[in-house]
Amino acid sequence: MTQFLSLLLNGISLGAIYALIALGFVIIFKASEVVSFTQGSLLLLGAYTIARLSKPFGFWLAALAGIAVTALAALIVERLIINRLRGAPVISLAIVTIGVDIILLTELIRRIGSDILNVPHPWGGRSFRIGDVGISQNRLIAIIVAGVLIAVFFAAFKYSSWGVAMRASAEDGETAALMGIRLGRVSALAWIVAGALAAVAATFLVGAPTPGVSPAVYGVALRAFPAAILGGLDSTGGALVGGLLIGLAESFAAGYQDQLLFLGRGFGDVVPYVVMIVVLLVRPSGLFGTKELTRV
Amino acid sequence: MSESTATQTRGATRATRTSTAPRRSPVRLIVMAVVLVLALIAPLYVEEFWLRTGFAVFGAIVGAIGLNLLVGTTGQLSLAHAFFLAVGAITYVYVSGESGGIGIVKLGGLGWPPLVGLILGVLLAGLAGLLFSPIAARLRGIYLGVASLGLVFIGQHLLNTWTSVTGGFNGRAAPKFSLFGFQFANKDPLLFIAGVEFREAERLWYLGLVIALAAYVFARNLLRSRPGRALQTLRDSEVAASVMGVNVQRYKGRVFLVSSMYAGLSGVLYALSIGSIAPESFGLEVSIQYLAMIVLGGLGSVGGAALGALFISAMPLVFQKYADVLPFVGVAGQGGLAAGEAARFLYGFAIILVILFEPAGLAGLARRFRRRGRDPGGGAAAAPEPEPTSRSTTDVPSDRPAQGSST
Repeated sequence: MTQFLSLLLNGISLGAIYALIALGFVIIFKASEVVSFTQGSLLLLGAYTIARLSKPFGFWLAALAGIAVTALAALIVERLIINRLRGAPVISLAIVTIGVDIILLTELIRRIGSDILNVPHPWGGRSFRIGDVGISQNRLIAIIVAGVLIAVFFAAFKYSSWGVAMRASAEDGETAALMGIRLGRVSALAWIVAGALAAVAATFLVGAPTPGVSPAVYGVALRAFPAAILGGLDSTGGALVGGLLIGLAESFAAGYQDQLLFLGRGFGDVVPYVVMIVVLLVRPSGLFGTKELTRV
Repeated sequence: MSESTATQTRGATRATRTSTAPRRSPVRLIVMAVVLVLALIAPLYVEEFWLRTGFAVFGAIVGAIGLNLLVGTTGQLSLAHAFFLAVGAITYVYVSGESGGIGIVKLGGLGWPPLVGLILGVLLAGLAGLLFSPIAARLRGIYLGVASLGLVFIGQHLLNTWTSVTGGFNGRAAPKFSLFGFQFANKDPLLFIAGVEFREAERLWYLGLVIALAAYVFARNLLRSRPGRALQTLRDSEVAASVMGVNVQRYKGRVFLVSSMYAGLSGVLYALSIGSIAPESFGLEVSIQYLAMIVLGGLGSVGGAALGALFISAMPLVFQKYADVLPFVGVAGQGGLAAGEAARFLYGFAIILVILFEPAGLAGLARRFRRRGRDPGGGAAAAPEPEPTSRSTTDVPSDRPAQGSST
């Protein structure tokens, strides 16, 4: 029971981090119809910046700088490439983000090399205990921060003029443009937010129990993809649910590894994908995605 | 409706072919003939490195053509190509390999003739594609792309854990190819042609050439036939396709089958070319490389896919060989880029530039060049459409492939 509770708690924290990244995917998809494969390397960029800058400037400034750099990088990608391709086929857009991803990832991996860069979180690697159930403080803070950020995001999405503009342009871009909504600006803002969310996720992803910034972090970021798809690519609520589901599934699969030995060691790493494929088999547009309507 | 359009298309094709054939074919035929002759006599003159690179390129060409049928022609984004490559390679190695053990690792193997291994590799990869196709057929473009991403990671997991078949993390050696007793190895029989000893590299070169040519011809013919037209319609608009009488689900399944069979064959060739297989040879990066090949070559164009495969698969090898001559390539950690990194940067940029400025890729550039030769100024509006012959009916809106399927 203790093990179960502790896995549950860790799953939720991992899920909260996934939800942040998945939310980024969803925002970008809603605003510019792009499935951004760049998200993984943006996250790594954030993590790398934080790790490199925290020695001279301390953690807090470095974290801020990391978020700013990542958001800026996302904005540059949007302005330089995505904005020019408005109306291009979805597949071309996805492939172009893969191109960006290759470049960014190659450069980052080259810089990181085989080291593991340490990020000195002020809360350190201590763990927090409620009875026998333990969780690292880093992950506990991640739950809180992610919760707050997600709440703020949903409020903004619902009530702010940016949120309204974005929902309108996602619903019907042309009409929204005719109503005076500047699609370019909505899309740029969406990329900035997605970049910032990825960097925040990165901050927690590279803390305990993960050793630090290494190219492996990229693989973790990729697992937020199933989270976004699972919930439905155009559903922000879906991203949240998908993230939690994937986080829990991964945590349990890793925790009960010994009972699942027949599936092979390290099954926890692929369980997000298995869950995703199973869900897609039943619901091709994800759990909360809009069903495809065909108008003739 | 379907019938009349089909005949119309066929008629139009014949018309364009007869009208342009006299003007276009001499140059084209001569170029093709020269390339073929050069490829045939290359082993007599070229050193082993280039022959080995060539064989790797032939393998990549087969894979790229297969992926192109799926992504370029049918508009189904797939990142699972590496997985199907792995299925083909593993099957070949398992079926034709001897059972035995390296250290504590016990390896299974059937020890059947390599030709059987190759065929089974292709068939099993096709089967894997067919098994995945019910999922694929239900998903729209981009969901499929991400779902197929999952396949790569599941494949990686299998490769790492199913040790008795795959050799686990360290992989296992691939048996040498042989055809009815003729070994594709350094001896058995010793072979001299025109005074040149035909060793493994020379023999494999011809094997690769034949297979790549067959793959090319088959794909071209497929695209020009009724199923090929159906697939292109499917890409432009699923609704239109089904109205025309194309069974959307079934065609999506079939194209997955064909594409993954191509991938399986390519995987076998890969195993032969490297001489061994390991999980890391079939990671996500490989899928992305194949995607880069077909984007660079031009989505939907068979020849373009072959060209793209040539560039992307040969680049790292060539960079490696000339690392000390090329200005920006050097030894990793000493300021220079490692050959693999330089290649990745290059094709990363190539993907972006191609999609931004020439969505029809190298094939589009070639077409533009040809058109300009014919009527000056008229080639500027080269649109990203794969088959020039099909333009007559599909017309301009087909410039937006996946768009139709995603709304």
